[in-house]
Amino acid sequence: MISDSVFWAVTVLLGIGTFLIRFSFMGFLGKRRMPEWLMLHLRYVGVGVFPALITPLVLWPEATGGQIDAAHLLGAAAALAAGLWFSVAGAIIAGMGTLYAVQILQSAI
Amino acid sequence: MRRGVSGNSHARSAYWRGARDCAPFIIIVVPYSMLFGVVARDAGLDLLQAMAMSIIVIAGASQFTAVALMQEHAPVFIVLLAALAVNARMAMYSAALQPHVGRAPVRLRAIMAYLMVDQAFALSIKEYDDHPDMRLREKLAYYFGVITPACGAWYGFTFLGAVLGRAVPPELSLHFAVPVCFIALVAPMMKNLPHVVAAFVSILTAVVFADLPYNLALVLAALLAMIAGARCEVWLARRRVMA
Repeated sequence: MISDSVFWAVTVLLGIGTFLIRFSFMGFLGKRRMPEWLMLHLRYVGVGVFPALITPLVLWPEATGGQIDAAHLLGAAAALAAGLWFSVAGAIIAGMGTLYAVQILQSAI
Repeated sequence: MRRGVSGNSHARSAYWRGARDCAPFIIIVVPYSMLFGVVARDAGLDLLQAMAMSIIVIAGASQFTAVALMQEHAPVFIVLLAALAVNARMAMYSAALQPHVGRAPVRLRAIMAYLMVDQAFALSIKEYDDHPDMRLREKLAYYFGVITPACGAWYGFTFLGAVLGRAVPPELSLHFAVPVCFIALVAPMMKNLPHVVAAFVSILTAVVFADLPYNLALVLAALLAMIAGARCEVWLARRRVMA
């Protein structure tokens, strides 16, 4: 059991902390201009964060107990290809579709 | 007067474009938020507590981390440290968005910060980069357009999961929708060589340092990738000048 006092302390403090992280640069810097070298690096936030978020979920999925699995690898590759050449919806359909297809094949073998 | 009206209609169309661009990502929000509702109830939290956490925090991965650690009776300080580390990436989102929306009134920026989820950052930053002539109002409208379906679904389906006590069945493998949706977000960002180099460095770092605690691998990967991308861009520009 999680005690009420622990729950509310964690939730309120986590809420405040998370808000401050999100507000940080956007909130406190306001319209001040950031230095050029920082702007240069900030162009790569997206391509820096997302691949590192994705990698462990594809390589060591919890669903397989952290084992490398062909269905997840192929699904990710298909999603990437469809995302590069088609669209967001295409990437989602290709990724999930490939995962299902390979899983069906795997269970048939 | 006419200008004001056309400004409004531009903002309105930016809002709807944002909502439409975010729509496919509902596929990850629904199973993820329902699962949170279920996990929260299983951990002994009541409906009000499950909802309060989703509304006060709105950051899925850190909510799961916090609930799991509270169940193990970890000290409050450790729970907070671990859960906040999961959200550290959002400081980078905030920095990347600042040049675009820093001129907005502080009250609006506070609301944007409260609602800053991964999709809101990724879709907005791409839209802003692709359309450098966007006005501030349109940028804000687009951001709020993206957020509307994402956060609406987050609240709604946490509630549904907590009430039903049932998540989307695991046979549907919707856990895989999380990386797939992130791939869909990042693929359009691969515009040129520096972006591709940065992505590779990010993957490599995430693999090599996978065992680091507190999500440090993610923060380290992002920082190294940003340096690699920036270095590559500078190098390419120099080579172009020399040629």
